[in-house]
Amino acid sequence: MTLELRNVIKRVGADTHIHETRVRFAETGFNILLGTTLAGKTTLLELMAGLTPPSAGEIWFDGKNVTGVPVQKRNVSMVYQQFINYPNLTVYENIASPLRVAGLARAGIDNRVRRIAELLRLTPLLARRPAELSGGQQQRTALARALVKDADLVLLDEPLANLDFKLREELRDELPKLFADRRCTVVFATSDPVEALLLGGHTATIHAGRITQFGPTPEVYRQPADLLTAQIFSHPPINIAPIVKAGDAMVVSDAVRWPAPAALRRLSDGPYVLGIRPHHVSPLRNGHQAAQIEGRVQIAELSGSESVIHFAHGKLSWVSHSPGVHPIEVGGTTRFYVETERCLYFTADGARIGA
Amino acid sequence: MKRLSWLVPFLYVLFLLLPIYWLVSMSFKTTNEILGAFSPWPRTFTFDNYIKIFTDRTWYSGYINSLIYTTVNTVISVVVALPAAYAFSRYRFVGDKHLFFWLLTNRMAPAAVFALPFFQLYSAIELFDTHIAVALAHCLFNIPLAVWILEGFMSAVPRQLDETAYIDGYRFWRFFLRIFLPTIAAGVGVTAFFCFMFSWVELLLAKTLTSVAAKPIAATMTRTASSSGYELGLLAAAGTLTIVPGAFVIYFVRNYIAKGFALGRV
Repeated sequence: MTLELRNVIKRVGADTHIHETRVRFAETGFNILLGTTLAGKTTLLELMAGLTPPSAGEIWFDGKNVTGVPVQKRNVSMVYQQFINYPNLTVYENIASPLRVAGLARAGIDNRVRRIAELLRLTPLLARRPAELSGGQQQRTALARALVKDADLVLLDEPLANLDFKLREELRDELPKLFADRRCTVVFATSDPVEALLLGGHTATIHAGRITQFGPTPEVYRQPADLLTAQIFSHPPINIAPIVKAGDAMVVSDAVRWPAPAALRRLSDGPYVLGIRPHHVSPLRNGHQAAQIEGRVQIAELSGSESVIHFAHGKLSWVSHSPGVHPIEVGGTTRFYVETERCLYFTADGARIGA
Repeated sequence: MKRLSWLVPFLYVLFLLLPIYWLVSMSFKTTNEILGAFSPWPRTFTFDNYIKIFTDRTWYSGYINSLIYTTVNTVISVVVALPAAYAFSRYRFVGDKHLFFWLLTNRMAPAAVFALPFFQLYSAIELFDTHIAVALAHCLFNIPLAVWILEGFMSAVPRQLDETAYIDGYRFWRFFLRIFLPTIAAGVGVTAFFCFMFSWVELLLAKTLTSVAAKPIAATMTRTASSSGYELGLLAAAGTLTIVPGAFVIYFVRNYIAKGFALGRV
């Protein structure tokens, strides 16, 4: 089943919430919508579900134009960030409700509800009401309701965001398994780049109502089309610096320079933008080509097994994210190593060179 | 200090209940005893006042009339307010906020302002002295209140619940009746209670718009003297009986009202 947005635009009043978007989602695996809050993820999902009509453009599903089809007539299911269940119904009736509305036979409903409840470990809770469940159980109930009707399109709107840490990890591991043997298109919205990488599949990065890039998740991560995509898809935030190409050298500052990579040799000299992810900047030397940069340490966050160090180099404010706990003195000057072969270069208007 | 901590609430309740106690106590006294010496409790205990009310048509019909128009009003108010509150809670339309506030302003004028137009209007279309006349007149202040309270409860329900239901295949009305209404049952309970209460205690419009056939109990009670002189015991008994329905309704919705207060809309 293919889901395709053809030149879809969504305006509300004078504001444009979704700018002209064309994208054809992958049929297998997760399609991740990655973007910050208010980027337009939920609006896009609502458009796909048919909860709100597009102001222009068409939505095609499985080779059919479904633009004007009301949501009830589409075989869609959706799970929200807030744990949405029918508070007046038991867990059993919650899961059964889409099947009841569809008018299935009682025995068939019972069969399917019990199977999906078993899968999501809800069997002992079937007689309870949603208010009597923990957050994780409530969200599993919502997932069960979304899965029970064999929807062609499953939309997950940050389903893990409101769960506490342990439950989030647990459910994140379960999710791909739940969809493994289903024939349906899955769209998963999240604001967490790490979550996108863990779930794999394809990723569309969104910023201010525009999809900046769509492709296989590792590809979008490693080869972002532009600076915006790289910024969206990086946690902690990607380090940015103006950089000048002068002959065969890339110059960040008087003290920080390295040879220009082969791909850039043919470019004209002048100002460019450098992007380097925090985990390629380390107080320890690794990688073959490493440039040195000295920085005054501003913040050092040391968790059990990794160090996040914020440092300033001239006007630049960078972050280093490295494994291991390093004895770093806040306020002191420390030498960091930049893995130059991992550097991303962008033109002044944000397009990645070599993309 | 700690040992006396019961004293304040005790005194509070005592002063609060004193007039009610006095009313109930009077209702079991004869009029002569009431008019005579001070007596903290009935010396000559009598049920005559109650018997008179339950057997005399001019008395008990007042309760029936009041109950009829109050119930009719409550049903109309809630049924009309539900879709209105849903619209205010779920949709944005031109002037929605102004309209919502304007609803409340209907409660700002004293009922006396509307007594004359209602009287004239209802007389013209032959609604005068009917139960529906009073029920409709009370809608003037009960529907805005009902919309206001229900909107609060509805807005506390996330919009995503509606969307989830549509995605599950529910049509609007099925969703509204099977899912949404049970979800805001507490709100409907609180709303019904307030409509009932305001309609039950309202005297001026009810009295103006009725003469005999739909005369409310409160109007009967304002008749302090009859051909047989003062009937204070009888009035006290009638007053006691008038408290009963309110107390009864409040007992059933007490938990809901706490919820309503928590939402800040009551």
